[in-house]
Amino acid sequence: MKIVVCAKFVPDATADRRFRSEDNTVDRAGVDGLLSELDEYAVETALTVKEAGDGGDDAVTILTVGPEQAADAVKKGLQMGADAGVHVVDDAIHGSDAVATSLILSKALAKLEADLVVFGMGSTDGGMGVVPAMVSERLGLPAVTLGSEVTVDGQTVRIRRDGDTASETIEGTLPLVLSVSDQANEPRYPSFKGIMAAKKKPVETWSLADLELTPEQVGGSSAWTEVVEVTARPPRSAGTIVTDEDGSGAAGLVEFLSTNKFL
Amino acid sequence: MSNVLVLVDHSAGTVRKTTAELLTIARRLGEPVAVFIGDGVQDALPALGQYGATKVIALTNPDLSQYLVAPKAEALQQVAAKIEPSAILISSNAEGKEIAARLAVKLDSGLITDAVDVQAGPVTTQSVFAGNFTVQSKITHGTPIITVKPNAATPEAAETSPEVEEFDVTISDAAKTARITDSKPREATGRPELTEAAIIVSGGRGTGGDFGPIEAFADSLGAAVGASRAAVDSGWYPHAYQVGQTGKTVSPQLYVAAGISGAIQHRAGMQTSKTIVAVNKDPEAPIFELVDFGVVGDLHKVLPTATEEVTKRKS
Ligand SMILES: Cc1cc2nc3c(=O)[nH]c(=O)nc-3n(C[C@H](O)[C@H](O)[C@H](O)COP(=O)(O)OP(=O)(O)OC[C@H]3O[C@@H](n4cnc5c(N)ncnc54)[C@H](O)[C@@H]3O)c2cc1C
Ligand SMILES: Nc1ncnc2c1ncn2[C@@H]1O[C@H](COP(=O)(O)O)[C@@H](O)[C@H]1O
Repeated sequence: MKIVVCAKFVPDATADRRFRSEDNTVDRAGVDGLLSELDEYAVETALTVKEAGDGGDDAVTILTVGPEQAADAVKKGLQMGADAGVHVVDDAIHGSDAVATSLILSKALAKLEADLVVFGMGSTDGGMGVVPAMVSERLGLPAVTLGSEVTVDGQTVRIRRDGDTASETIEGTLPLVLSVSDQANEPRYPSFKGIMAAKKKPVETWSLADLELTPEQVGGSSAWTEVVEVTARPPRSAGTIVTDEDGSGAAGLVEFLSTNKFL
Repeated sequence: MSNVLVLVDHSAGTVRKTTAELLTIARRLGEPVAVFIGDGVQDALPALGQYGATKVIALTNPDLSQYLVAPKAEALQQVAAKIEPSAILISSNAEGKEIAARLAVKLDSGLITDAVDVQAGPVTTQSVFAGNFTVQSKITHGTPIITVKPNAATPEAAETSPEVEEFDVTISDAAKTARITDSKPREATGRPELTEAAIIVSGGRGTGGDFGPIEAFADSLGAAVGASRAAVDSGWYPHAYQVGQTGKTVSPQLYVAAGISGAIQHRAGMQTSKTIVAVNKDPEAPIFELVDFGVVGDLHKVLPTATEEVTKRKS
């Protein structure tokens, strides 16, 4: 079985994330980036599925669409234990929205002849959580999304999804698109051996032309949404802080709630 | 005037508050046409009329409920082909976003998710990067598809008496490939919905596993209960109540964080709350950077006393 993990390279959430002033797109070059933490759960799921298999020809490939530095995301996946990587990089991709990203990913997934495609629950920067459904739509594959627990049983993939109103069991048949939540597992850390082994693993770099896509189909010119204005949130003005040392904390709190009409 | 499609969010005909918000927003853009999927349209009718739906399109094909979102997206595509809406509004929950994603591909249209405001244009407002920025956006291609967060508008009544139009949809076999095989409803708590609540009291690792004081304080205020991921991961509170990047994004009038340090991923889910209060025994906890009012102290002491005092004042 060919398992492909779609993994995104994102600006570090703990760094100072910003927008590029020239075109209001996310600044991916000027900020340190890394494999989206939420996609680590997808890598872990893929590795677990492979390890639980019959040891046959199952292989895990990491697929990333993004700028030069995004190769780091592929590398991290390989260090965790994936077998191979594909990095789609092309200047024309800059500024792509989710619709265009899903187009690039689905072309690459078709070329890879993926049986099981694993996604994270959402990227930590854009965070729309829509790319898996879009890819499923484009490839005409079933999608079981936001799994908190995943089992693969022959050709059947079954997940538990903890929704707002119910906990559901959802299943579909391979080939299929799967997305997993951060409840699904505990992603492993790369071992020293894993880090060394990753250096020898094959990584292919594909351009748009390799996917029979033209620059007009992706990137900023084809993005069907346009950011017209970006405003930094004004800093919150400093609040009142009291200590409870003398046991007056609760009274102060209730007084605050009362003054602000919350009672 | 142009039609604006609103996908009704309901459970067995009981319309959720978010639908009233969507209908209110739709009136800024054109004439709201409600699309109702499933059983119970007659029960929903008064609420849809109250907020100005000019027509209700009812889809009752059983395939729509048995399978996941793909059939719903197909159905909406067929409705859109007939109605030719100028925009499509959907609630921003997991299912709504997936329907919207599929529809965007089908209709070759731009998509904006998680709008916290929508004005004529349509021009949307979103809160990004853990609430540190707001961005205003437009859709430049196709039929604008927008998923809208709870509390994005204050529902305004505009009485109409919409007619129900049954609409036949054909669902392809290709859309019937992922199915729900079991569903265990979540127990009702009697507290307000987390995403809709005016007041939320959340507990974190600092509760030490005892959410009693959190729940009691919440109940004295008529609030919903939330939790940090640390509390959820420890198994102290169900995941459905997690606030933050991988839980719910909330924006209540009042957010009380007790025993929560205020990590960036937690802030991402609550930073846009109007008023923020924290109880934490560590004066250096980052949550204090956000607060309007903070108590440095032990939540196990502060909250029960405060609960008593609130109950006394209210009675
Ligand atoms: C990809 C990713 C996604 C994440 N998503 C989320 C998310 O959605 N939501 C979320 O919350 N977190 C999320 N996190 C985790 C986040 O980084 C923090 O680990 C988490 O928020 C910490 O929870 P906490 O504040 O309860 O615990 P801690 O950080 O351990 O803080 C506990 C606080 O309680 C205080 N305390 C202890 N005892 C008492 C007492 N008796 N009285 C008063 N105060 C006391 C301590 O001083 C401390 O400040 C995510 C992390 C990652 C990497
Ligand atoms: N540029 C990308 N390259 C690879 N995978 C991606 C990319 N963008 C999104 N994804 C995948 O799609 C999921 C959802 O992304 P999003 O819809 O942007 O929140 C992520 O968790 C990734 O698995």
